[in-house]
Amino acid sequence: MSAHATLTRRSDIKPDEPHSTEKDVFVTLFVADQLCGIPVLSVRDILGPQTITRIPLAPAEVAGSLNLRGRIVTAIDLRRRLNLPLASENAARMAVVAEQGSELYALLVDQVSEVMSLPRQQFEANPPTMPQEWARFSNGIYRLQDRLLAVLDITRLLTLSNEPK
Amino acid sequence: MGHLMDDLLTDFLTETNESLAEADLALVKLEQKPNDAATLALIFRLVHTIKGTCGFLALSRLEKVAHAAENVLGKVRDGALSVSPDLITAILSAIDRIKLIVAGLESNGAEPSGDDRQLISDLDAIFEGRKAASPPIAATPPAASPPAKASKSKTRKPEPAIARPDNAELAADVSPPGNAQSDANLAAQTIRVGVDVLENLMTLVSELVLTRNQLLQLARSQENGLFTGPLQRLSHITSDLQEGVMKTRMQPIGIAWNKLPRIVRDLSRELGKKIDLVMMGAETELDRQVLELIKDPLTHMVRNSGDHGLETPAERLAAGKPETGRINLNAFHEGGHIIIEIADDGRGLPVEKIKAKVLSKGLASEAELAGMSDEAIQRFIFRAGFSTATAVTAVSGRGVGMDVVKTNIEKIGGTVDLKSREGEGTTFTIKIPLTLAIVSALILQAGGERFAIPQISVVELVRAGEASAKSDASPDTGGSVIERINGTPVLRLRERLLPLVSLDALMDLQAARAGAAHDGALTIIVTQIGANQLGLIVDRVFDTEEIVVKPVAPVLRHISMFSGNTILGDGSVIMILDPSGIARASGVASSNEGRPRQASPAQFSLPHAGETTSMLLFRAGDNGIKAVPLGLVARLEQIAQDRIETASGVPVTQYRGRLMRLLPMSGAFDLTRSEQPVLVFSDQNGRGEQRMGLVVDEIVDVVEDRLNIELAYAREGILGTAIIAGRATDVIDTSYWLTKADPSWFHDRSTIANRQRQAHVLVVEDSAFFRQMIIPVLQAAGYAVSSAPDAARALAMREAGRQFDAIISDIEMPDMDGLDFVRAIRLGGAWAELPVIALSSLVREDDVEAGRDAGFTDYVSKSAKGDLIASLQQCLAVASAQHETARLVA
Repeated sequence: MSAHATLTRRSDIKPDEPHSTEKDVFVTLFVADQLCGIPVLSVRDILGPQTITRIPLAPAEVAGSLNLRGRIVTAIDLRRRLNLPLASENAARMAVVAEQGSELYALLVDQVSEVMSLPRQQFEANPPTMPQEWARFSNGIYRLQDRLLAVLDITRLLTLSNEPK
Repeated sequence: MGHLMDDLLTDFLTETNESLAEADLALVKLEQKPNDAATLALIFRLVHTIKGTCGFLALSRLEKVAHAAENVLGKVRDGALSVSPDLITAILSAIDRIKLIVAGLESNGAEPSGDDRQLISDLDAIFEGRKAASPPIAATPPAASPPAKASKSKTRKPEPAIARPDNAELAADVSPPGNAQSDANLAAQTIRVGVDVLENLMTLVSELVLTRNQLLQLARSQENGLFTGPLQRLSHITSDLQEGVMKTRMQPIGIAWNKLPRIVRDLSRELGKKIDLVMMGAETELDRQVLELIKDPLTHMVRNSGDHGLETPAERLAAGKPETGRINLNAFHEGGHIIIEIADDGRGLPVEKIKAKVLSKGLASEAELAGMSDEAIQRFIFRAGFSTATAVTAVSGRGVGMDVVKTNIEKIGGTVDLKSREGEGTTFTIKIPLTLAIVSALILQAGGERFAIPQISVVELVRAGEASAKSDASPDTGGSVIERINGTPVLRLRERLLPLVSLDALMDLQAARAGAAHDGALTIIVTQIGANQLGLIVDRVFDTEEIVVKPVAPVLRHISMFSGNTILGDGSVIMILDPSGIARASGVASSNEGRPRQASPAQFSLPHAGETTSMLLFRAGDNGIKAVPLGLVARLEQIAQDRIETASGVPVTQYRGRLMRLLPMSGAFDLTRSEQPVLVFSDQNGRGEQRMGLVVDEIVDVVEDRLNIELAYAREGILGTAIIAGRATDVIDTSYWLTKADPSWFHDRSTIANRQRQAHVLVVEDSAFFRQMIIPVLQAAGYAVSSAPDAARALAMREAGRQFDAIISDIEMPDMDGLDFVRAIRLGGAWAELPVIALSSLVREDDVEAGRDAGFTDYVSKSAKGDLIASLQQCLAVASAQHETARLVA
């Protein structure tokens, strides 16, 4: 969240220069072969495969809880959240830990990739034809050389419907 | 410099908030005692300090309001103005305004804009005497009249000192010690520490406890003795540290109460009622986290008592009550819990009105209501969307009522119950845990997942097999068997049917379980939820562990079956089950909520005369074998000799966080042994749980046999001798030993009556403990005894054609009380002419009268069992004489 605010503020400095050479830094990851990015400042931790305790009766997106150095972190399955086909049972999955409202959440992803610094002129709004499931959670698209990167909105991803507002 | 100002401002805000709370209390007190110079000086000082500080910090708006208030107060102090309700109201509104500005200051760092001119001119008007200190209330000529005639004047006789804690004292008690002006020494010994520092410490300690547990677990699996010593020390220190940090979080409950006098004062003015608020036990301490959570529900309940509970002065006078209504708040420790009682002497909960409301809201059908006791009906006020007030007042009656209160209390693992008598008042009893932080929990597995359940709600563990298709699982197969009624699993457990629920089914984990095969034997965790017991079917149980309860993530809070989660010694995350949530989900808590319990024919208990009872055999004193019905014994313990202590001359031990009186049956402790076997007796009654430990020499066996006392004789502590498992065995008189340990347990011990014709007596009594107690006494007196746990089941026995010579019934029972029960009997049917004896703890003149009116033949106090036998003999004699006469006449 704070990272998001930082981004906005930075763009506020030069509001009239959309094609500035400003760069934003993202942790990139793969989910169902799609490359996605999360602003690096909102990422608290990257975790390898973890023991996850299942939580009965929890919303479908909640994969369970895990222990991150003594803190209990709720694991959210990004594939489920984005309405993608589920990962196979024994696929080793990585997790990106982010904070929302002083609670920690771990987004389960297929693979965490590199940290990229991306020039803002490569950024574009979501194409209007983007499916709802994605458009809800994507802030826009970066045109990379060989592929597209969707910028995920952590706040919206971590705001689950069962949560009291 | 700016930074310095920020610090100053923070300090100012903290201090001002405290002062304001104090001022509220003091003002209400001033109104009651207009001449109390000390209180007046205190208020003046508080307002003056606020004014002075905000002048320094250039908070002009605040300063002006405080200044105007100070002017008025100054004149009052000098005797130039007298205290009137209007004056107090004006000062209170000034204080409210100050609070408002301070709140704005806190959130924005600057004074919010607003217009205080009206307020200030009102204050000035009073100051200048233009608005004459209005309806002169009382006592102003200093020294003249007694100092208690404010609008809430007290007409009643003076209270005992303890019953009326001085508000000023309370204020001093509850404000951080640095504020207690009188005790300079105390101030020097305390430091103000931010709450976040304490919270952080608590978190760290919790982590430390977890790490310690992890280490201990590792050490257990390794035979390396090197670490054992230091680890042991680390463990002890950690425990001490944990305890110490917990203590820092304890705060007196008075903190949650200090807003109440002001609220009640405003309420009484607003509603034109006269209300006395009496607070007892304000010094009772509890964890500040719990305190925070209990504050709002408490406030709401006190408002309710004032608004709905108490009548107007006119109504009260008409009802023959003192004009001034009374709200009693009482807090005290009991076990690991805090009990808070909120009692009013108002109109009570109107059963008929509630019924009408329940019907109109469709919460229950008329037929359902007809089968409910008044208490059950009154509990409907805890249902969502229920509010008895017909008018929506500004105070309460907005529909978010007691259900919210109940939910909030249950969220922190507490319970709330009520007792109300129409015309006499209502008492709410809240029971909450002392702390939420650390609990002892049992780890179990269900549906392949592990869960923790708080130890406090676990009564016992039972192994049971699954019954095959045949429904007549005979008891002589040995172990317990799960039976099914229409697919619903139940278990016979000591003469009762225990409802069972499969945890994996409840958790939607059945798919997972299908794979996890079990050997046919299941483990049942018997849990106590309020007055109900529920058996949870689980795959297996592991160990118990001390766990640090952490709240679940917001996204999981809607799952009522979990009360939190934690990290176990092995580092894995585990969910903590909430027994009351489970009970609600499985429909067990329904009788608490007012739904009638389904009386199913399978639930009748069998007659005791020819039936076997589980008996615990043991030795104590002489060589003979002694026996006690197992159902009477709560637990068997081995208590180490060094844990037996002496308190005021009697042996006690610390048992589950409380002291338990120990009574050696042989008269003395055998000091040569390191451990003593102890039978723990426990009874839930009225004011909570009573416990006693009977120290014996050796526990021999548990056998199932008929309990037929063959020889009854008056030897102290022995009911008589029975043949149990082929041997002559002394059956102990539990009531004798209980009374010996605690004379208040019962008031009289049983007398053993002469044997006479084997008459068959039905005992209707909802307390299992009391049932177990009375049945042997009756048997010893020569009667065949059957029992029923409630009126509905007793009546079903009548429908089933059972014949008895007499009935003994309790009065206070859930759903249908003894009075309704006897009326139902007298209405007709096979039992219409039977002698029915009331056995009750309610033995006031009018209770007895009501009992006789309803149709009871005789009325006996529960504490006088000797009388019961006498009464029974008499009733039976009369009945048989009548019978004889009738026969002769015919």
